[in-house]
Amino acid sequence: MRCRRCHGDAVIEIRRHHAAFCTEHFFVMFRTQVEKAIRRHQMMAPDDRILLAVSGGKDSLALWDVLLDLDYDVTGLYLGLGIENYSDRSHEVARAFAEERRARLLTVDLPRDYGYDIPTAGRRGSRSTCAVCGLSKRYVFNRAALEGGFDVVATGHNLDDEAATLLGNTLRWQTDAIARQSPTLPAGDGMVKKVKPLHRVSELETAAFAFLRGIDYVVEECPLVAGNTQLRYKEAMNTIEQTSPGTKAQFFLGYLERGMPLFRSEDRAALQACESCGQPTTGRFCAFCRARAQILGERLSADPEPSDRATAEELSDEVLPAEIYDRAVR
Amino acid sequence: MKVKLRNPDREVQLRGGRPVGSVLDELGISVDTVLVIRAGELITREMPVRDEDELEIRPVISGGAP
Repeated sequence: MRCRRCHGDAVIEIRRHHAAFCTEHFFVMFRTQVEKAIRRHQMMAPDDRILLAVSGGKDSLALWDVLLDLDYDVTGLYLGLGIENYSDRSHEVARAFAEERRARLLTVDLPRDYGYDIPTAGRRGSRSTCAVCGLSKRYVFNRAALEGGFDVVATGHNLDDEAATLLGNTLRWQTDAIARQSPTLPAGDGMVKKVKPLHRVSELETAAFAFLRGIDYVVEECPLVAGNTQLRYKEAMNTIEQTSPGTKAQFFLGYLERGMPLFRSEDRAALQACESCGQPTTGRFCAFCRARAQILGERLSADPEPSDRATAEELSDEVLPAEIYDRAVR
Repeated sequence: MKVKLRNPDREVQLRGGRPVGSVLDELGISVDTVLVIRAGELITREMPVRDEDELEIRPVISGGAP
């Protein structure tokens, strides 16, 4: 198999492009796709301060690598989830990358800073493990970005992640969520701008990029993820992709071009500051503070009954696999 | 040929003398869902493998809370 550009030996085949690439030209293609995503969706300006959510996996480290090479002002934020061994290894990998690239890495640790870990949260709370993990991540990243004066939060969601999320939202006809599945979510009302610069590259490409760049990433899957809905949607998409390469890209990138304008986002209730933490919410207390109180067996107030809307948001957060909570209260 | 599979980690012995794609077919693995690594290098599906080779087949799919 030969490189499309130079006809040298190929190291990776991208079947949806009917192309293969050598290492050098694969790097060019990958970085070009990321730059195109940033430009098309006005993700970040050259002088923006970017906070990158770093898990230690292939996607976040590959994105960190690209953004540093593109000279963006990017700081990593690692969130310790308190998952034995897995979190230790993930933190170690994130630290090693930051040290090698002389990049800034901030760390927030759920057990140390918020008093709970994800395995305990999954057992004690009313949410699934992945749901409370996602809620914790979105809350911490937004709060850390606001408090640190960052302009943008970047995450390593790739094409497979976005296609699987869109599939899930479509299967349930979550039209409001579909309308908001944009690679760039603007800032406003206490929410920092969120961007996904890897949405044009597949999971295979981010893994190959990380490997070929010599990035040591966590290959092991989270031990709590078994049976996760998002994984089942990915498997379904991969089954179709196997015989029809390009389906995932047509589905998600086609949605961005032609589908999104057909869906209208519902008007959102006004936001106010959570009485406990000050972060934006529609009710007295935000979903994170309510979930944390439940996990820790605490009461937030003498009147803890959530509004109907808050309850609906929590239920949505349970069944929607993606980043919907980011804008769920807008 | 020794083949190391990841997540969960395990090893299997398979016949060489054929392309990588044939090995993946035997294992029921889609070529788009894994990296195939030999001697520290990525190899593509049409590359022949030998009985004395050692391969790592590394899944690229990750899930969980975004």
